[in-house]
Amino acid sequence: MEVKLLSARFDIKDAHLLEVAQSHGAYQTLDKLFDMEPTDVIEEVKNSGLRGRGGAGFPTGVKWSFLPKDLDKPVYLAVNSDESEPATFKDRYILVKDPHMMIEGIIICCYAIGCHEAYIYIRGEYSSQVKILQQAIDEAYGAGYLGESVAGRDFRLEVTVHRGAGAYICGEETALLESIEGRKGQPRSKPPFPAVVGLYGCPTIINNVQSIASLPFIMKNGAEAYKAYGTEKSSGTHLFGISGHVEKPGMYELPLGLPLLEVLEKMAGGVWKGRALKGIIPGGSSTPVLTPEEAKTVTLDYESMAEHKTMFGSGGIVVLDETVDIVKLVENLIYFYHHESCGQCTPCREGLGWMLKIVKKLIAGDGSREDIDLLVELCDNIEMKTVCVLSAACTMPVRSYLNKFRHEFEAYVAEEASAEADLHEE
Amino acid sequence: MSDRSELIVAGQPFAFDVERDAEFERLIVRYPIRESMIMPALWLAQEQEGWISAEAIAYIAERIGTYAAKVFELATFYTMYHLEPVGRHHICVCRTLSCYLRDKQEIVDYLAKEIGIRPGQMSEDGKFSLEEVECLGHCGTAPVVQIDGEFHEEMDVEKFKALLATFD
Repeated sequence: MEVKLLSARFDIKDAHLLEVAQSHGAYQTLDKLFDMEPTDVIEEVKNSGLRGRGGAGFPTGVKWSFLPKDLDKPVYLAVNSDESEPATFKDRYILVKDPHMMIEGIIICCYAIGCHEAYIYIRGEYSSQVKILQQAIDEAYGAGYLGESVAGRDFRLEVTVHRGAGAYICGEETALLESIEGRKGQPRSKPPFPAVVGLYGCPTIINNVQSIASLPFIMKNGAEAYKAYGTEKSSGTHLFGISGHVEKPGMYELPLGLPLLEVLEKMAGGVWKGRALKGIIPGGSSTPVLTPEEAKTVTLDYESMAEHKTMFGSGGIVVLDETVDIVKLVENLIYFYHHESCGQCTPCREGLGWMLKIVKKLIAGDGSREDIDLLVELCDNIEMKTVCVLSAACTMPVRSYLNKFRHEFEAYVAEEASAEADLHEE
Repeated sequence: MSDRSELIVAGQPFAFDVERDAEFERLIVRYPIRESMIMPALWLAQEQEGWISAEAIAYIAERIGTYAAKVFELATFYTMYHLEPVGRHHICVCRTLSCYLRDKQEIVDYLAKEIGIRPGQMSEDGKFSLEEVECLGHCGTAPVVQIDGEFHEEMDVEKFKALLATFD
């Protein structure tokens, strides 16, 4: 099942060092790149079908083509390395195992979009990882792959690492830009979209680490070679992160389109300790949960996830075994989103806190059936009533737990309910 | 860790040391506006002192040429900036989804029982401080703890106990 497009150098010792990466093919696409017209590079990436790997899945080449033409302003690239969606840990492998693949991807992207200043926004928690990344950048500068004249060509490119400091919201692309500009990470209203008005008011492309790291393969082998993997609408491979209650959690590079349950069984060793499956979170904590029955027909691609009313997201798959208390899991999730709300929009700032209080009340045994209904009502009243989708990233999965595991919420008010039933019988 | 609405006065002047000063100068030319340096400067100050004092905020504002309130605003918004001294070794335990499912609570409970610290507290001898943090991006090797910036994966109480013994 496993393939090695992006992870080709992951198992090579010290591949984060320039010399080692180079001897295994790093930076070999640059001659070909600079002999192409930038517009042809964009076309090639469009043809590859590569979709943004941060979670939204927007076609990368199409995003690039939204940049206005003939502007007198600089164009910026911001590489989103905030990777904060719970259950997501794929970009970290690229950062530490093969940072030169990402730097090569940055060069490809910047040449295509006419950018001379790129920023890598890396989450603050990645403190040991940022050192490896910065070392790789320094080495790339030293070897002439970055700086005044990239690979000896008439192309200037500066790459600067900007460290976050513990805010999930900065993975949202406009919050990320605010953060680089030296402000709180509070998302902007769109439109205007960043491709038109982005960093420092200039046209800006924001791409996820894995999207960028996919470019050297596409440049070297062509769009068709990339499309040979995956499905028609979900081409290529993805670094899937499998965690939770499986025997062998970890990161696995797989072509898109494989059956979810088969992957869990063959790659991750199935549900741990011989236990039964209760549910699967398919693409990070923000994605609606799948029941074991639903999971039977799911394949790991954007189309199948949408058909099952959930999302491919970041490809961070979490397995829940039969012992999981869904209500307590939901408490853990709401706590996260409440904590990470930037505070800008009232429905999110206040609403998520309210939802957390209700769930705590249920767990304490003080809740009622009306409280469960109120949770559903709050989900409806919070979702899409805010500047960004952080609140929806909470309400969408919470609603799925309420719908699919309502009996577990009701079990917390069971005593009161059975007392009521007794009353009616009398 | 606890109250993030007030700054603490360290009682001594703050300035970047030679190394941080050079890093500040290297970075500031990378940004078209000086305010972009607030976050990097806060990181440099924290690396140097371990936390962000009122004096450090004033220094950064002066150095960048912005209002101290702007620096303060970012220092409070971004939770990784410590606004009070932390222990000699700062322990972050991930509390989110996959670490929750893989029993991170056992590690938190161990710290409460054996070291006597709960999230947001520092041990009496100042050796360890503890913070529960949101997803650390090591879900495939959960539960994970981060001590002084270094990650320790696939933790359980026994391994954690042995790990703590390696710190002075």
